[in-house]
Amino acid sequence: MIAHALFFYFFSIIAILSAIMVIVSRNTVHAVFFLILDFISIASLFILIGAEFLGMMMIIVYVGAVAVLFLFVVMLLNVSEQKLSWFRGSRKTKHIPIGLAVGAVILLELIVVVGGWKYRDTFSETKFLNFEKDFTNTHAIGNVMYTEYIHLFQISGLILLLSMIGAIVLTYRKREGVKRQNYFTQVGREREDSIKLVEVESGKGINLDD
Amino acid sequence: MEYLIVLYNEVYKILFLLIPILVSVAMIVWFDRRVWGFVQKRKGPNVVGPFGLFQTLADALKYIFKEIIIPASSNKVIFILAPIVTMTLALSAWAVIPLSEKMVIADINVGILYIFAISSLGVYGILMGGWASNSKYPFLGAVRSAAQMVSYEVSIGIIIINVLLCTGSLNLKEIVLAQQNLWFVVPLFPMFVIFFISALAETNRPPFDLPEAEAELVAGYQTEYSGMMYAMFWLGEYANILLMCALGSILFLGGWLSPIDVYPLNLIPGAVWMIIKILILFFMFAIIKAIVPRYRYDQLMRLGWKVFLPFSLIYVVLTASFLIYFDLLPNTGN
Repeated sequence: MIAHALFFYFFSIIAILSAIMVIVSRNTVHAVFFLILDFISIASLFILIGAEFLGMMMIIVYVGAVAVLFLFVVMLLNVSEQKLSWFRGSRKTKHIPIGLAVGAVILLELIVVVGGWKYRDTFSETKFLNFEKDFTNTHAIGNVMYTEYIHLFQISGLILLLSMIGAIVLTYRKREGVKRQNYFTQVGREREDSIKLVEVESGKGINLDD
Repeated sequence: MEYLIVLYNEVYKILFLLIPILVSVAMIVWFDRRVWGFVQKRKGPNVVGPFGLFQTLADALKYIFKEIIIPASSNKVIFILAPIVTMTLALSAWAVIPLSEKMVIADINVGILYIFAISSLGVYGILMGGWASNSKYPFLGAVRSAAQMVSYEVSIGIIIINVLLCTGSLNLKEIVLAQQNLWFVVPLFPMFVIFFISALAETNRPPFDLPEAEAELVAGYQTEYSGMMYAMFWLGEYANILLMCALGSILFLGGWLSPIDVYPLNLIPGAVWMIIKILILFFMFAIIKAIVPRYRYDQLMRLGWKVFLPFSLIYVVLTASFLIYFDLLPNTGN
């Protein structure tokens, strides 16, 4: 049990420290790397409480895909050159009050959620799902997700698909003058279409352009 | 005290897996170069030791004694961290690979997801190396590699779903045991082919070695690396290739199971079969390196997104409908 507690404190301290470093570090690329470290330690915490499926999904989705895109954007935009100084900038920063307000709202929401969890009986009737002990939690999640919550699951999939299509439609523009390779015309090209034997009369020459 | 004994046992097990893997990585590099040489009617490395077997060890010795040069304008911490990340990730994925029914360090329920997660982290080693070098070619190589690995992970994930539909478990051991009657390479043969090609792209092997295309990018993300740090990238890469071969043989070729369950073949220990299968897959990797020309970048992306992804998605639907129609769905856990 002691080892368990030690691991818990190890990962949670890393999670909190790296979360702080995400907003404190000057270099944006470093910030993204700290974000990745944060994701991984949160995933480790999931695994520590026995939710191994969630932990792995966290790593695959957030670290393997989302954070790669973050890193990509940050590296390509070269934001790291803008030396963001938060509290001692030359110009008055307008975003600090907004940030504080958002932070306060999130804190309030957390308090409401935690409080609601603690006194849930007085609020509303909460339903608990019961499973057999030998169920792995992949089976458990699958069983719930594809039976009771199938509609919510499908709707969330639809929303993601919609946002994906939306992003593509908004950013896609057809550029003129770009040479594209068309595989069908390449494969479908015949000898007769491209080669022509011409008899050239001596001394007269030939105009090739027609 | 009890905890220390458990720890000791684990460390002991880890060392007994890690050291053979490192040695086999060295041997496999030799094998790769040898096959490459024979295809081109050369002899390949054949001087150091019998058949040149110790060539890689000699190379490693050279790398250890070479100076590590860290570019002045590089981001030093990340620059040093990149090869370490690559190597650690490549080796840590081996924790869940069962070499036989008993020989596995961690027999976890979500083994296949663990491997998938670790291999999706592999892109960071390359991205970090490419960015921290602070130079053109490494950065271009890193960007290429990130796009390539993210794209091909998608198709590998969907191929894995095909296998999972047939086994009903994420545990690698149960995936192998589900193939006792029929290896999945028979019913899922198209998926095996796509898995093999995606594994080539995932490990940056030719014909998909665009991140280190020497004609365009010098050596891609490794350009600025020297000495032991370069060797660590190299070791990590080959450990990843071996891992992909092991994964292929677990998912499709029946892991440690013998081809036919008859008397003399039964006696051979499972680990031997597993190693033979890994070596056969690696031989295919090596042959392909020797005989196939490099893809162009847009062709690579087209292959991943427009060919493999739709095809494997259609195959998921086919597999699922087949299993449901003939009532073959595995019912574990219910």
